[in-house]
Amino acid sequence: MLKFIALRLVQGALVLLGIYAVTFLLVAATPGSPFSSERAIAPEILAQIEAFYGYDRPIGERFVTSLGNVLQGEFGPSAVYANRTVTQIIGESFPVSLKLGSISLLLALLLGVPAGILAAVKRNTWLDYVPMSVSMAGICLPTFVMGPLLALVFGLILQWLPVAGWYGPEFVILPATTLGLYYAAYFARLTRGGMLEMLNQDFVRTARAKGVPESTIVWKHCLKGGLIPAITFLGPALAGIISGSFVVETIFQIPGLGQWFVRAALNRDDFLVLGLTVLFAAMIVIMNLLVDIVQVALNPRLKYD
Amino acid sequence: MLLDHMRRTWRLLLLTFLGLALASCGDGVPETEKAAREGILLKGNGTEPKGLDPHLVTGVPEGAIIGALLEGLIARHPTNDLEPEPGMAESWEHNGDFSVWTFRLRDAKWSNGDPVLASDFVYSWQRILSPALGAEYAPMLYVIENAEAFNMGEIEDFGQVGVKALDDKTLQVTLQGSTPHFLSMIKHTSYLPVNPRVVEEHGGMTDRQSGWSTLENYVVNGPFRLKSWVTNQLIEVERNPEYWDAETVRLNGIRFYPIDNANTEETMFRNNRLHLTNTVNPDKIPYFGEIMPDRLTISPYLGSYFYRLNVTREPFTDVRVRRALALALDKQLIVERVTKGGQAAATGLVPEGIPGYIASTTVQYDPDEARRLLAEAGYPGGEGFPEVELMINTSEAHRKIAEAIQALWKRELGIQVGIYNQEWKVYLDSQSNLDYDISRAGWIGDFVYPSTFTEMFTTGNGNNDTGWSNARYDRLVAQARMADSEEERMALFRETEEILLAEMPIIPIYWYTRVFLKDPQVQGWHPKLLDNHNYKYVWLEPNAGSQQ
Repeated sequence: MLKFIALRLVQGALVLLGIYAVTFLLVAATPGSPFSSERAIAPEILAQIEAFYGYDRPIGERFVTSLGNVLQGEFGPSAVYANRTVTQIIGESFPVSLKLGSISLLLALLLGVPAGILAAVKRNTWLDYVPMSVSMAGICLPTFVMGPLLALVFGLILQWLPVAGWYGPEFVILPATTLGLYYAAYFARLTRGGMLEMLNQDFVRTARAKGVPESTIVWKHCLKGGLIPAITFLGPALAGIISGSFVVETIFQIPGLGQWFVRAALNRDDFLVLGLTVLFAAMIVIMNLLVDIVQVALNPRLKYD
Repeated sequence: MLLDHMRRTWRLLLLTFLGLALASCGDGVPETEKAAREGILLKGNGTEPKGLDPHLVTGVPEGAIIGALLEGLIARHPTNDLEPEPGMAESWEHNGDFSVWTFRLRDAKWSNGDPVLASDFVYSWQRILSPALGAEYAPMLYVIENAEAFNMGEIEDFGQVGVKALDDKTLQVTLQGSTPHFLSMIKHTSYLPVNPRVVEEHGGMTDRQSGWSTLENYVVNGPFRLKSWVTNQLIEVERNPEYWDAETVRLNGIRFYPIDNANTEETMFRNNRLHLTNTVNPDKIPYFGEIMPDRLTISPYLGSYFYRLNVTREPFTDVRVRRALALALDKQLIVERVTKGGQAAATGLVPEGIPGYIASTTVQYDPDEARRLLAEAGYPGGEGFPEVELMINTSEAHRKIAEAIQALWKRELGIQVGIYNQEWKVYLDSQSNLDYDISRAGWIGDFVYPSTFTEMFTTGNGNNDTGWSNARYDRLVAQARMADSEEERMALFRETEEILLAEMPIIPIYWYTRVFLKDPQVQGWHPKLLDNHNYKYVWLEPNAGSQQ
């Protein structure tokens, strides 16, 4: 197992290096500059700014320098936000996203997985139809509809909850629910699919024939295998929920990572784009590794090799 | 077992949520009212500021916060943009032709206890003009003698630039020529002072990444000082007890909320969490006018919305085509049906409201003349008119205006114009490389004077971006800078603007307004052409209005 992890880590490092190189080239090739603005800047002044951030060097040299810095954990300054470094920006916003993401994901799992199991066990009854229709609606209803809807009902009409900001525990509720409901819908459908597949297996028929009680079949024989699709989805979901909740962050004015992803790209804040991309890629690599480990643990047909 | 466990956790979570929900209901007193009782203004402030260094920032959200922290020689007047409000200078005088100004500084202190000295201004202006700092707004100071040469690195000795501290409290500024509106110019952010001791402690004069303007190190001389700064959440300022006029200050603090999204901001306002919004979604202006007319506020703003025409490309090389396109637009229709924010249909480049200068009325809606001109140029009824495209930067609001204009051109002239959008930074590149046919543009004045608009279209000006060049125009602009009297100067501005409007490298569309929501508890918030409010005169009257 250690060998498996080591191998995967080496693979991951190579993937990250590749992603860094490609992102660097894409950023360099994108039209526009972090320093352009609506008011024209005299070429003399622009040259000074570019020199300050190292833009006057040839691209190869810039790549080597920046890669070297990144390997030392130094992502450089933001090219747009004066006196802030990329590390500072990520350091401020990552914990916020992590908190929102984990609460949403917990909510998604607590709602989605039981609903999926229930729907699979009671398939083709109203206990199947109702949760599955709701989850279909949940997947179809994008967060930019669900978010304002929840804000309208609980914030403006009932006046129970604050509608935007990130100033205390009560501010987490609406965004976490918005994000959680969306992913809950996915988990419900994936769990239902996984469980149904297990419930139709030969060994389940054998167990039933032997007279094993239905609850034991569901909980002991099928659950482990039935959860595999949901667990596979967990890795990308966690990475996505932490870094990619741009819409929810905008609607609820949350100072998380998602907003920076978009803003960095729009501002052509090259160093920040690179830093965020590396972070996101690293998260996906690690999550996928964890998911693989859990999968093998759950599925005896898989081996670490 | 697992199910039981899940059920229990689920129930627990639900209860926690409900509990939190109920707990947060609180005492039912709206946040805006609580804040009003504490004397704290809650203001939506657009996007997260890129920094708070007055010599490096260029944006409106930054300027709004810096205006509470730093005070220049001349402060912002509460109501009248032209009236000089004494700031760090308690008195001033100028020579006969307005080219040498002497400011007498008052006894004021920085928030760290240092006195504010005339030499602080010399240092600050040297800082923004230093080539190594690369300040984008350095050209704002080019009216000062030799400032441009110093900024371009042509002279190295700042002693040759026209700024001198005659003693601790006397500052003398020598300008390039007669500049009667100098007092209006130096209200701009780029002229604000910084504390030299503090800047030197944190990286020195020309360090762009200097730490002096962070929360921990920021030293102010204005009515408020920095209290907290949480990225993308809140910037809070509190009363500065060291401020020279602290007793006039009525607010105890201001919370600036960086909110990008107009809809989020609006929800917060209606949730009673903001006293002032930064903007309003244009689509909702009529609705707010109906449901909260006492809160919807529209005030004039010194900005001009126009289209640039690339005069180096066919068919815009022909002035008749350019004029035809401009005269064919019923701009009244656009401001009434599309923008809806009380904007004025622009009949010239320089917006209305500048004292002493009557806005031009040259560009009127005249479809018959437009059709005649187009026919004369060889495209009767739009026949044979080449395919041209209108470039906008990505934004729903710009697209709506562009679509209306597209339809108007089709209706009046029978020509087909395509629309495409480019994302902001790409659009800026395309525009400055003249890689467009027609391009959307907007310009907000830096100070209340016509030259902030007319200087833009001189030959070789970095903001011209149309390829248009006119020797007489250039000459008149230069003459206006050196004119002897205000009347003569205004007449020259008039003449330059009329040349521009006859040649039409741009099509004026509307003059800006600022539309925002204002809680009735906010007092002393007057319309300002540059939206530069002096917060020391603003106050809150708790519960002046009924809760909505």
